[in-house]
Amino acid sequence: MNFDLRLPIGIMFSVFGVILVVFGAVSDKAIYEAHSLGININLIWGAVLLVFGACMLFLAWRAGVKPPQE
Amino acid sequence: MHIQLGGIDYAILLIYFAFVIGIGWVLKRYMKGSSDFFLSGRSIPAWVTGLAFLSANLGAQEVIGMAASGAKYGIMTSHFYWLGAIPAMVFLAIFMMPFYYGSRARSVPEYLKLRFDEKTRGFNAISFAVMTVFSSGISLHALAKLLQTLMGWDYNACIAVSAFIVLVYIFLGGLTSAIYNEVLQFFMIVLGFSPLVFLALKDIGGWSALKQKLIPVATSQHFAAGTWSDSWQHMGSSLENPMGVGWFGMVMGLGFVLSFGYWCTDFLVVQRAMAANSMSAARRTPLIAAIPKMLFPALVILPGMIAIAMYHAGDHFLPFVDNNPAKGIDYNMTIPMLLAKYFPTGLLGIGFTALMASFMSGMAGNVTAFNTVWTYDIYQSYIAPKKSDTHYLWMGRWATVFGILVSIGCAYLASKFNNIMDMLQLVFGFVNAPLFATFLLGMFWRRTTGHGAFFGLLGGTLAAAIFHGLALSEGAEVGIKGGWIATRLNFHSEMGQNFWMAIVAWTACFLLTILISLATKRTKTDEELKGLVYSLTPKPETAHEPWYQQPVVLGVLVLVATLILNIIFW
Repeated sequence: MNFDLRLPIGIMFSVFGVILVVFGAVSDKAIYEAHSLGININLIWGAVLLVFGACMLFLAWRAGVKPPQE
Repeated sequence: MHIQLGGIDYAILLIYFAFVIGIGWVLKRYMKGSSDFFLSGRSIPAWVTGLAFLSANLGAQEVIGMAASGAKYGIMTSHFYWLGAIPAMVFLAIFMMPFYYGSRARSVPEYLKLRFDEKTRGFNAISFAVMTVFSSGISLHALAKLLQTLMGWDYNACIAVSAFIVLVYIFLGGLTSAIYNEVLQFFMIVLGFSPLVFLALKDIGGWSALKQKLIPVATSQHFAAGTWSDSWQHMGSSLENPMGVGWFGMVMGLGFVLSFGYWCTDFLVVQRAMAANSMSAARRTPLIAAIPKMLFPALVILPGMIAIAMYHAGDHFLPFVDNNPAKGIDYNMTIPMLLAKYFPTGLLGIGFTALMASFMSGMAGNVTAFNTVWTYDIYQSYIAPKKSDTHYLWMGRWATVFGILVSIGCAYLASKFNNIMDMLQLVFGFVNAPLFATFLLGMFWRRTTGHGAFFGLLGGTLAAAIFHGLALSEGAEVGIKGGWIATRLNFHSEMGQNFWMAIVAWTACFLLTILISLATKRTKTDEELKGLVYSLTPKPETAHEPWYQQPVVLGVLVLVATLILNIIFW
């Protein structure tokens, strides 16, 4: 089956990461005082999701440029 | 008590749904025969089947229920992982997968037919098929009820939308679609709930501060100071801990009978391993799943412990059951309330989507197991044998539609008559408790006969029902909770009663199967039992594999790591 699951996982989490990073950068800081102990968790976790998504995309790409039912 | 989602949160939820359905749509082109639809053509790599194996079990009960148990019982809840899951997963990988994968059986009931006879397969297939659609319905009801309470959404719309999404991606891509989406859901759940643990633990001041704040939780209920933060120290008797279970009931009831009965014989999880692309990958599947499984208490139990510590310290953010203080705290709202407390718009969309994913993965797992058992073990065996492969592929797709429709019916049944669902789950408990004895004897004692297996299973089920009729836990009313014959056995908790019921059922089945097998003739020759019984089956060759891919080495490492966790949190 010529379908690498890492590709949709990578794309989806990269999209989520971008959304959170952009929203974290432009949103009102008051929402973080009200919810996440004053930490801009959207920015931080968005970056984590972006890195995770990028790693998955890299692994999918690497498998694509490179194995043989008992 | 409503959670307010922003536009960005809805966007994240919709993107997730688009990916879930998109995976099903992409996989549709690969579904050329029934083997592709029901078994993924045995082509899935081990890391995917491993994470799907874990995720299929990661339904609502896990995320919502284990956090609730973390609040109610503390770290003792980790017994459901470090005692009640990991050892059984290692046993499945090392000893049982070679039979399931190597016997060419397409399902667990079919293995029973090959090993024993048609009546044993029929009993298991029919009870399992009914059980899976009811479980799926209960999961659907729990999701719709939660969304109605949390979001104020319409119950009917919640049922329709979530059932439709699961239906579409399974109808299109079969088991492969379910497995791939389960992996997506696994990452969604881990990455969605991790920041919750980080923020909540930071807020309470770290692990040491949490232990201190859990002391009044324990002492206010007349338990020893460390009861909520020690997993084994207070298991000396059932009076010493909030679970109301002693160490023997815990080790034998949960750690052996129920745990091995679920992880080693339930087709819902075993099906994922059977879809792996080689014997080696099939054996590694439960071991790969065991690694995140042993760390999951940090993700689902720890938030519950933090929530109850905060509640006792004066932060009353947990609601009461039905908003009635007389009914006590609604522990099932622990995770949703923590999400509302710590997640701002944006991350709330991720956390909320993770919650939805956990419900949908549990439901999809049940539906794919149902459509396989229905098509292979009931329809092909008893209703329409010797049809074309295309016909069974068609039937599998329509069994998916039928399974979803019955699940919806069960969800409405659960919403109207909660007692009926309790009763059904109780009956399933009677049937499941003795099951592992049948498999254990079947796989490791060639003398076990079909009559022995079938009547042993019936005897074990009957023993469970009689035990339940004679036992009752403190504060429970006679009836569905037990004691309906006469109250002769008293337990400190319903959990303790259930663990002992499982022990009695398993023992009855084990002894009856041996006695009846000795009294009846073997119907299978040694030649017919090759690949089905341990002593008659050549052991899989693993010497050529690197050490980190050898099931025995991996299994020992997993068990050692689990033992260390038990010692750290002793």
